Formats: sequence, C-alpha cells, structure tokens
Amino acid sequence: MFQIRIHGRGGQGVVTAAELLSAAAFASGRYAQAFPSFGSERTGAPVVSYCRLSDAPIRLREPVMHPDAIIVQDSTLLLQVDVFAGLTPDGTVLVNSRLTRAALHLERLAPDRVVILPATQLALTHAGRPLPNAALLGGFAAQTGLLSLDSVTRAIRDRFRGGVADGNVAAATDAYHRVLSRAKEQVDA
Amino acid sequence: MLRQIEGSQAVAETVARCRPQVICAYPISPQTHIVEGLSRLVKAGELAGCEFVNVESEFAAMSVAIGAVAAGARTYTATASQGLLFMAEALYNASGLGLPIVMTVANRAIGAPINIWNDHSDAMSQRDSGWIQLYAESNQDAVDLHVQAFRLAEELSVPVMVCMDGFVLTHAYERVDVPTRQQVDAYLPPFTPRQQLDPDAPLTIGAMVGPEAFTEVRYLAHQVQRQALRRIPELAAEFETVFGRSAGGNVRPYRLADAQTVVVALGSVLGTLKDTVDEMRDDGIRVGALGLTTFRPFPAEALREALAPAPRVVVLERAFSVGTGGIVSADLDTALTGLPQRRYTVVAGLGGRPVTKASLRAVIEAALADELAPMTFLDLHQSTVEALP
Amino acid sequence: MTAITFHQTGSLTVGNRLLPPEQRTVQSTGTRTNALTCGHRACQGCGEALGARFVLDAAMRATGGQLVVVNATGCLEVFSTPYPESAWRIPWIHSLFGNAPAVASGVAAALRVRGRTDIRVLGQGGDGGTVDIGFGALSGMFERDDDVLFVCYDNEAYMNTGVQRSGATPPAARTATTQAVGPDPGNVFGQGKSAPLIAMAHEIPYVATATVADPHDLERKVARAMEFHGARYLHVLVPCPLGWGSATADTIRVARLAVQCGLFPLLEAERGQIVAVTPLRRAPVPVEEYLRIQKRYAHLFSPHMRTDVIDRIQALADRTIARFGLRSTGEA
Repeated sequence: MFQIRIHGRGGQGVVTAAELLSAAAFASGRYAQAFPSFGSERTGAPVVSYCRLSDAPIRLREPVMHPDAIIVQDSTLLLQVDVFAGLTPDGTVLVNSRLTRAALHLERLAPDRVVILPATQLALTHAGRPLPNAALLGGFAAQTGLLSLDSVTRAIRDRFRGGVADGNVAAATDAYHRVLSRAKEQVDA
Repeated sequence: MLRQIEGSQAVAETVARCRPQVICAYPISPQTHIVEGLSRLVKAGELAGCEFVNVESEFAAMSVAIGAVAAGARTYTATASQGLLFMAEALYNASGLGLPIVMTVANRAIGAPINIWNDHSDAMSQRDSGWIQLYAESNQDAVDLHVQAFRLAEELSVPVMVCMDGFVLTHAYERVDVPTRQQVDAYLPPFTPRQQLDPDAPLTIGAMVGPEAFTEVRYLAHQVQRQALRRIPELAAEFETVFGRSAGGNVRPYRLADAQTVVVALGSVLGTLKDTVDEMRDDGIRVGALGLTTFRPFPAEALREALAPAPRVVVLERAFSVGTGGIVSADLDTALTGLPQRRYTVVAGLGGRPVTKASLRAVIEAALADELAPMTFLDLHQSTVEALP
Repeated sequence: MTAITFHQTGSLTVGNRLLPPEQRTVQSTGTRTNALTCGHRACQGCGEALGARFVLDAAMRATGGQLVVVNATGCLEVFSTPYPESAWRIPWIHSLFGNAPAVASGVAAALRVRGRTDIRVLGQGGDGGTVDIGFGALSGMFERDDDVLFVCYDNEAYMNTGVQRSGATPPAARTATTQAVGPDPGNVFGQGKSAPLIAMAHEIPYVATATVADPHDLERKVARAMEFHGARYLHVLVPCPLGWGSATADTIRVARLAVQCGLFPLLEAERGQIVAVTPLRRAPVPVEEYLRIQKRYAHLFSPHMRTDVIDRIQALADRTIARFGLRSTGEA
C-alpha cells in the first residue's frame, strides 16, 4: 500500500487533489481511498487530505500517519505545520513553490526526494486560476512513477468539463514533463 | 458498475435506483452530500416520478415522510446527530404506525459540546425507537444495505435506518460497485403498502390505544423485529444471487476459528480492525473480529453461537452511556449470559477521534495478557483531562 | 294568485327548509357524508366537534368525496378514535401534536407523485397544535405552497390536557396556567398572535376566518378554499363550554357574540390581500355581554367589576372593528 498526505489551505482544492489521485489510480486499475481530515470548512485554514493506493482492497480507515509521499500545496504551511511528520525514510516530497530548496529550508531532505514545482504558476498559465492541484497531480505522477499521465488526464476529464478540464489537463501535462525531465537531469548528473 | 466515487454520492445514486417517490430531507453535516446528490438528480429530471420536498426541519422531514408513506409513496430521508434527535418523537411515531420509511443516518456525535465528527451516539440513542438499525462497514456495504433496507422495510412494514459513519464513509472516495437500475428492479418490487389513505377504502390510522391494548401492540412490534432477524440473512442470500456479492446479514465473523480474543465492532472501524487482526495473525497471535451489521433487532443467538468458544471478548464501542458504560456491551452481556469468558468494553473514537491500528493492537494485546480493565477509553489524553476545568 | 313572500327565508331562525336546495347547507341535507359520525366522546356542547363536522362534510361535497384528512393531537383526535372504535368515515391519519401540517404536506406530495391530484388534502388541529407547537410546520407548508387546506379549530387554550394557556388564549382569560389570582388575574395582555394575519403574510392563495355560529358562511368558505390549489388556511372559532365556562347550550350564541362585539372578525384574503369582510349588521355588541356568559372571565365581574380590564378588551374590539372595517356603512 502506498500512502500519500496532502497539505494545503481551505479553498485550494486539497480535498479534490486527493480525490483526483484516487480517480487516477482507479483509472489504472488499482484500489484507492481518498478522504479529508475533517475539519470545519474555512477558506485559508490548514487542511489535510489523504490518499491510499493499493493493488488489494483497502480496509484501513485511520489517517495517514506514515506517508510514503507528501504533497504541499501551500509552502507557507512549512513554517506553520509539521507537514513531514511520519514521513517514511524513503518517502518523497512535492512542494508547490517557485523558491529553491534552500530558500524553503528543505536542505535536510536529500535532493532526490524533493521536487519543487511552481504549480500555481502553471495553473494560472494553463487554466487561468491559481488552483495548483491538477499540476501537482501531474508532477506527482512523474515524481513517483506510480501513475501514468494518461490516468491523470482521464481523472481530470472525468471530474471537470470543457475549458476547465482542458486547462487542468494542460497544467498537469506541463508539470509532468517538467518533473520527468528534471529527474533525467539528476540521473545524468 | 464499478466507480471511484464518494460514499454519499454512491448512496444517493443507489437510493435513486430504488425508485423512491418522495424524498424529504433537511441538511446537516455530514449527510449533506447525500441529499444534495438526490436533489440534483430530481431537479435534472433524472429521477422520474419522485418529489423532493425541501422541509424546514428534521422533525418536518420525518413528518412529511410519515404522511407520504401513509399515502402510498416509497419514501426516503437522511439525517445525523442533532437532526435525528430533533425527529425523535416522529421516529417512534413512524415505527408505531408501521410505516416502512428508509433513512440514512450519517453517524455523528451529539452535542453539547457541539461536535460534527463521527461516532455512534446518534443512532444508539434511538435504539429503542422501534426502527431496524443496520450498520455499514464500507461504502460498498452502505450501498448494498440501502437496497436491502427497502425490501426489509416494505415486507415487514417497519422503518429501517442504515447507519454509515459520518465523514469517514460519507466523505471517503473509494471503489464502489454501484448497482444498476436493472439489478435493483430485479430485487426490489414496487411498493405495495399494507394499508394506505384512500378515499375508496377509508380507514383510521393513529387511533388512541389505552391500557387494555397498548402492551399487545408493543408485543407484536417485538415479534415483527424477531421476524426481521430471520429475514435479514434470507434477503442477503437473495441479494447475492442478483448482485453477485455477499452483503447484509446480521453478523460477520472474521477469523474466529481458535481466536483467543475476539473484538466485536460496528461500522467502518471494522476495516481497520481487520487489518489489525491480519497483522497479529501474521505474528502468530490468535485473534479474530466480529462485525455486527444488525444492531436492532439485536442478533443475540447468532452472537452467542459465534462468540461462545472465545475465551475473551472485547467490545469496541463508538458510543457510550454516560453514568454506566458501554451500550453494545450491555446487550451483548445479556446475550452471552452464563458463558465462561472475560468481556471488556473499550470506548473508542468518540467525537471523531481516529481509531488506529496501533491503538487497537495495544488493546488486544492487553486483553490477551489479561491486563485490560473491564472498561477503558481508548487513547484517553490524561493531560487534557487534567487541563479541563 | 299573489306570490307569498317569506320574509324570514334564509334567516337563521327559519333555517334551510324554505331555501332552494342549492342554497341549503350541506348539514341540512340527508346525503351529507357525516364524516365525523355519532358515537364519539366529545363533551356536550363541544364547538370543535360541531366545527369539524361542518367543515369536513362541506369539504367532502366540494371534493366529490375525494379527501384525505390529517389530524393533530388534541381533543378532536382523542375523542374520535378510542381504539378499537373510530368516528371517522373518511381516510384519516393522526401522527403527532406538532406535525399535522408537515404530515399533510407529505400526503399531498405522495398523491401528486402517484398522479392522484384529484384527491385533496385537509389538515386540521386545535389552536395549540396550529399556533404553537405546530407553527414551524405550518409556516413551512405555507412557504412551500403545498396543496393543503389547513383548518384550525380555535378554542383558545390547550383544552384536552386540562385548559392550559396557548398562544391563542385571549387577554384576561382564566386558564389553568393563567389563573384568576393576584393583581392581574387571567392571561396577560400581549400582542396576540393572529394566525390568519400570519397566514396572509405568507401570501398563500386563500385565508379565511369563520365560526360555528354561521354554518352557511363556514361551509361557503370551505368550498371556496377547495376552489384553490396550493396552501390555504381556515381559522374557525369553536367555543369550548368546559374551558370557557359557558353553558353547553350557549356554544353557538357565544361564538356569535364574539363576532358581534368585534373581537373575532370574519374575513377572507387571497395572496395576502383582504378580499372580503363580513360587516356587523348592527351596532357592535359591548364586549361585556360576550365576557359575562363565560366563567373564564368571571373574575372581571366578581368580587368587583374590573372595568379597567373590560375597557381594555373593549379597546381591542374597537381596534379590530376599525382595522378590518367591520362597521357597515351608515352606522354612527
């Protein structure tokens, strides 16, 4: 079982991100479970959502306490919340930001575990709205290799329609290729 | 059809396929997505022959349901927590009048203090109301139980509440095989009321019954519930032939053979519990679990039969009777009277506190070592207890 | 041959038998439904039993017998259905005290979805079940404009439980919870709670008031109500000899006096606008004449005359007369 935890703020689509992840996994024939940490819904407040992926039916219902991957939709949370709590030794981190690893004070994490992606920018460019979740989904797929871009695309198109779907797919695709090419750079280096 | 879908939405689509004729509901977290989903289907014209009534309170919701089903319409509503209490009077009225309403209860704690998160206080508080109570373990289970609930309710003329854990199930996205209309039609015939308001055959519903007959009315209601205990497994078997999967039934044993400790639980915590059992079994520890799907009527005989060989039984409660103790435990103690075993009550997950594998494992190990107190609160934060005034 | 003019034709004295058949009351016909038939346990002189019989037989005629009735808890329900007997000859359901309007909404929804809008729905209850505990449900039914005629039989207190004060209890009236003791005996002088005016504020298709003293008027309003679809409200004053302390033979007389002194206006409204009032045919009767024959006001006359209180009640009556324009033209 692969466990993911997503951190963000209310209104940024943190819950949708987990749902899309689970939908992408379903599209690729896997079992997936997505749920929010249930708090009062309030724009701007820290929000957490969870996703589990597995080849077998998922019965576990507890919050994800030992994530294999963490996605941070809002980097200001790095100063406020212990987003890395319980991260497994080989666990990966995907952060939505334009800053460097150093500027985000993430030096303690090995570079091959961290991907920093300007997801909000990609969202604005492709979809016209600063909702980073689709781009982060594409980035996550490339970072972990767990999901194909095709399954991500299908999940987005199932959820959104028309121009919104197109924009989100474009953002996800752009993010996917950026992350993929960066990984290749690292390997080559 | 296999879907990756939110629990609430799966329930809404399934209820829609059960051909409800009147839906009346008042919004309350965490049931809102169910009624929103149904109202969308009705408004878009995708649910033919159905009226969606936007009522002004939960008391009104159950009351509109009473009128609708008495006038011959298949009727559905949903609520949780405070809303269930607000309609408490109407719950007793519906069961007393023998009206086959089906209701989803998205289990949530009852205030004060106000708390919108999951436990079983709400439905448990109404365990004497004469409603049949079924508890879903997963969203697949929730969906399947709703279909069976309509059959059960209409056959016996008893209202049925399908309990699904608020947020934990209602707001979880997971794989669900959502029944098709053809499948539901093959299982659930049109509603033929035992009696209804009809100018061509007038009758009086809701007469005043005095001491000379009230006891007998209640006695008969009890007999009908005993009958439900027999019918539930039969309806489950029929469900399996139509839908191709096992669902329903009164109790669900899990790895009980030679178990030294069995944990009894209701609802979604069973998922986590089964993972815990498997891990402990992998470590050579002989434990098992027993899921209780039907809580009312209480399947005492089935429980006794399943649990008799177990030296230890731990009852995992998601609600609590203040001033005395466990609720399920009390019923279970009666069912298991005279059996030479140790029984423990563990009150867990009140007000939405997560029930974790680690905590469950610790409790089971304590029981196995005979170090568990007769009643404990799982993960009680002593520092918070001391800090509160 | 000269035609003989019957000057008393149509008057209450002569009754119906000289009227052309189409002008006679439903109650005077042998073919009436008798929806609430004999054998029930109501008190001698019960205004509510009378009102319910008038209303339901009129409703049955107006709907061609296609009627379902929803009844709130209260005297009417209790005295009419002592298991295993029932005095109802029509389809009838009693659920709870506070939910009759909601249950009626549910019945209407079911009939609609089953394609039986030919069957009409009537909800009914006392003032307690309508104005107090059932008020939320009543307002909800109005707001949704559900196809229900709701009838309130107002005897101005919770009678079935022993005459306790309700939101409809008039000022100064003695009840078990507004006793005739102390410096301000009886019920307080508040703002009142006019269910007909509140119904009008909901702008429902039809609202009317009536009493058991004028069966023609009451039956006509029931029939009129059944010409509309959507939410309708009928408020019927029904004296309770026990609770009001009036003679059992005086029920109709007391109801008539309530109208004639101006305290109970007879009106009809459509979509929030008054369309008709019944003017007082003579000068208004002083309220004292109305109060004097009810023991619930006995403390206003004995041991001393409480002219201060009676004057306040008179002022209420005067205000009602002015407000609804109840003085017929030409009167001083």
